[in-house]
Amino acid sequence: MLDEGYVGQLVAGLVTTIEVALASLAVATILGFGAALLALSRYPTLRWLMRCYANVIRGVPDLLMMLMLFYGGQIALNNFVEWAGVGFKPQLNQFAAGVITLGSIYGAYFMETFRGALLAIPAGQADAARAFGMSTFKVNTRILLPQMIRFALPGFTNNWLVVSKATALVSVIGLQDVMHRAKSAGAATHQPFTWLLLAGAGYLLITTVSLALLKAVERKASVGVRKVSRT
Amino acid sequence: MNFSFVLDPDTQALYLRGLALTVQLLLGCIAISFLLAIPLAVARNSPLRPVRHVVWLYTYVVRGTPLLLQVYLVYYGLSQFEAVRASAAWFALSNPLFCVLFAFVINETAYSAEIFAGAMRNLPHGEIEAARAFGMAPMVILRRITIPSALRSSLPAYSNEVIIVLHSTSLAATVTLLDLTGAANEVYSTHYLPFEAFMVAAVFYMGMTFAIVRMFRAAEGRFLAHQRPRTV
Repeated sequence: MLDEGYVGQLVAGLVTTIEVALASLAVATILGFGAALLALSRYPTLRWLMRCYANVIRGVPDLLMMLMLFYGGQIALNNFVEWAGVGFKPQLNQFAAGVITLGSIYGAYFMETFRGALLAIPAGQADAARAFGMSTFKVNTRILLPQMIRFALPGFTNNWLVVSKATALVSVIGLQDVMHRAKSAGAATHQPFTWLLLAGAGYLLITTVSLALLKAVERKASVGVRKVSRT
Repeated sequence: MNFSFVLDPDTQALYLRGLALTVQLLLGCIAISFLLAIPLAVARNSPLRPVRHVVWLYTYVVRGTPLLLQVYLVYYGLSQFEAVRASAAWFALSNPLFCVLFAFVINETAYSAEIFAGAMRNLPHGEIEAARAFGMAPMVILRRITIPSALRSSLPAYSNEVIIVLHSTSLAATVTLLDLTGAANEVYSTHYLPFEAFMVAAVFYMGMTFAIVRMFRAAEGRFLAHQRPRTV
């Protein structure tokens, strides 16, 4: 009943979706951690800038941001090429545009998660590390980062689940992810519902596997910490 | 940057109509899903295991798949079935506005139901106990204690949810509707000015987000006044 060629394409699309999601997660995590450190810095201007970043991102839909960066980026690229006098016209890569947009959007959400987690670490930890003569970089990477993971995990899990679903938006700018392939296969075979439902199963698989994995990580990160027992 | 198109009355009308559609979608989706989410939240905490599990399955599936997929399933997917096309519902289902609203409501109901259900589970046990001690029947406790108290305590989470719905309404643009994002896309393709066209829409969205945050803060000040830290 289902054409095998389209099944293969759908699986390839699912791989693309996972690639976009993981790449966006990496960008957002790094951006978010850096931004969280800046948001807690002693310079008011930096703190203010980070608050603006969070507010702008929180105020504008992902789709709008993606369309703006993709179409706007292409024109900026064209203008640059014209100005530089290069002979050919490069096309903005949809994968890169998607990852940059999702990464910078969810960077703001990760910033909030990490900021909260950093604040949850007892202040004495950083003080003690500084008293030992550790540099700021060392305090951040050796003392704060490992302890932050435990506090940041629930928020991190949540953000990752949101990011993995937000990747569906890259199909709008033409990337061949699982959404895009399901829509094309559905149009070609006149079975849009069936193919979209299969794509949905793919997303549910990602969600279910991630939840199981992150639960395992949480158990590892909370070794030595006893939960408050519920009576 | 060239914002001269903003002075064109046709463009202004396009944006304003887009704004009106976005606000309508937001209010429609919030109003309907709010009413549906309350009974579902009660069912999610039902003492009957099958009832609880059915609602859990619904929220798990809806929250585990992208909204864009749900919009496409309703808008493109349902036409696959001859029975749907022959039925009276096709009149509504061939209308993109109805389709997006339908998909938004299914999606948002799942998220709101989880928020309200979580708030109900975390109510102080004493509140329920006191109501029982007063001889209230289970339905009365639900109506007068559990639901109002849970709605109050879910205000902060719900305000975030409303902002997410506002952002989600932009997906209407993917099925040819001219909401704020759709209008911006139209302006972009007419004038070929992507940054400017989308930036105008972004300013509207930010204004609305700000207004929503302000409204919920006022509501929290009113309904969560008892939780405010006491000043001596």
